[in-house]
Amino acid sequence: MTEQPLPLALRPLDAIGRWAIASVEALGRFGTFLGEAVGVILTPPFKFWALIDRINFIGYRSLLIILLTGGFTGMVLGLQVYLTLVRFGSEAFLGPAVALSLIRELGPVLSALMVTGRAGSALTAEIGIMRITEQIDALTVMALNPVRYLVAPSMLAGLVTFPLMTALFDTVGIFGGYVVGVELLGLSQGTYFGEMQTFVDMQDIMMGFWKSLSFGVIVTWVCTYKGFTVGHGAEGVAKATTDAVVLSSVLILVWDYFMGSVLR
Amino acid sequence: MIKVEGLVKSFGRQAVLRGLDLEVATGSITVIIGRSGGGKSVLLRHLIGLLSPDGGRVLVDGAEITGLRGRALDEVRRRYGVVFQGGALFDSMTCAHNVAFPLREKLRLPGAEVARRVEAALAQVGLEGVERKYPAEVSGGMRKRVAIARALVTEPEIVFFDEPTTGLDPILVNTIHHLILNLHRKLRFTAVMVSHEIPEIFEIADTVAVLHEGRIVEVGPPAAIQASTNRVVRQFIRGEPEGAEGS
Repeated sequence: MTEQPLPLALRPLDAIGRWAIASVEALGRFGTFLGEAVGVILTPPFKFWALIDRINFIGYRSLLIILLTGGFTGMVLGLQVYLTLVRFGSEAFLGPAVALSLIRELGPVLSALMVTGRAGSALTAEIGIMRITEQIDALTVMALNPVRYLVAPSMLAGLVTFPLMTALFDTVGIFGGYVVGVELLGLSQGTYFGEMQTFVDMQDIMMGFWKSLSFGVIVTWVCTYKGFTVGHGAEGVAKATTDAVVLSSVLILVWDYFMGSVLR
Repeated sequence: MIKVEGLVKSFGRQAVLRGLDLEVATGSITVIIGRSGGGKSVLLRHLIGLLSPDGGRVLVDGAEITGLRGRALDEVRRRYGVVFQGGALFDSMTCAHNVAFPLREKLRLPGAEVARRVEAALAQVGLEGVERKYPAEVSGGMRKRVAIARALVTEPEIVFFDEPTTGLDPILVNTIHHLILNLHRKLRFTAVMVSHEIPEIFEIADTVAVLHEGRIVEVGPPAAIQASTNRVVRQFIRGEPEGAEGS
């Protein structure tokens, strides 16, 4: 029996319905993908060398960009916050202002965005190319789970490297602020670091830590998923890579707000 | 024996397989031929469990594999070797590591045994001295041989070849075909091959199946296919242009 065409007036509703169903299905696949990855992470065999390789790929190779962006972010913060505080005669608070901004907010967010741009996009492209050249199918027909070989090590590496990258970003950033505030603008070294010790507590550090940990999951989840579900050919890989970076970046900022609200 | 019964598969509104039936005898070389985009690779992906049909079923030695998932499907796949169209070699690994991979990860053999079998597998396909080279550093023909070595190194019962000679020159096409034939005689696996190479495949096939518009329109030994009076079959094996009438 052939399907009767819908009346013209109902077609927009039909289109909305189809879009809604497709969106819910896509979300379901996205969630199931994470569930499968978590299941694989928690069950042996564990791919130790694949994890080391991913830590190198995501973390070690992002070191330079983290050092550069961390340093300059701290220097910009040092300059701008100093120029603002000096208007109120409160430049003594430069140290804690720089440190709190970096530790609670800018460190986790900016380092996650930087690692997304450098390693996340490469992760999507790498897995996407493996998909279109049937390398993932080759793993599957060998009765091996590609999620165990390609996704789980990346997610674990994200959990390990993102907090470390964030810590490095914060440290370099604080010294960037020191260079500008103390060495260039003449604030005393004791004031810069002394006030920091007074105002920054463990809760602030843990907030940055939990944020970076969750960003590690978000970025590797999105980027590996986009690689796995890539379209056809070079165009498909290019689109998946762009989508992965855009979606990861948006989710980082949205999740950052929610984490910030909950962990106040 | 592999048996396909009434296999139906559509992608959106495009019907690719329309009730396809096929039998592959144990220990034989069965070659599936047909026009590009006719569904040959889709059929192969159903046989290896990479696609699920909309209707019909696939049976391996009497056991239905359609609908199997997870470990049950993996158990079936452990009997398989697959040579993909482009080789599907892992480009981050050397040729030797590619061949070693299923031995290490699938069979979990000790290092010395893996090294011995990798060396033997590469020698078997006429490749020596490429062990440390990456797939991107060797020629297309060599990549196909490495892919064949990887598919056969675990001594599978059933080997699927998805257009194993695509993109190769005629000499290499014949070389790969004879390599497959020799390996088949030696190892006695069941081979299912999708190919466009006519008339070369008639030299190595035990059975040829012609796929047209989602169905097998003719199946039989090479001589019978070559003598077929079916217009579609004649047109295809003679390479006549579309619309031309067979004589």
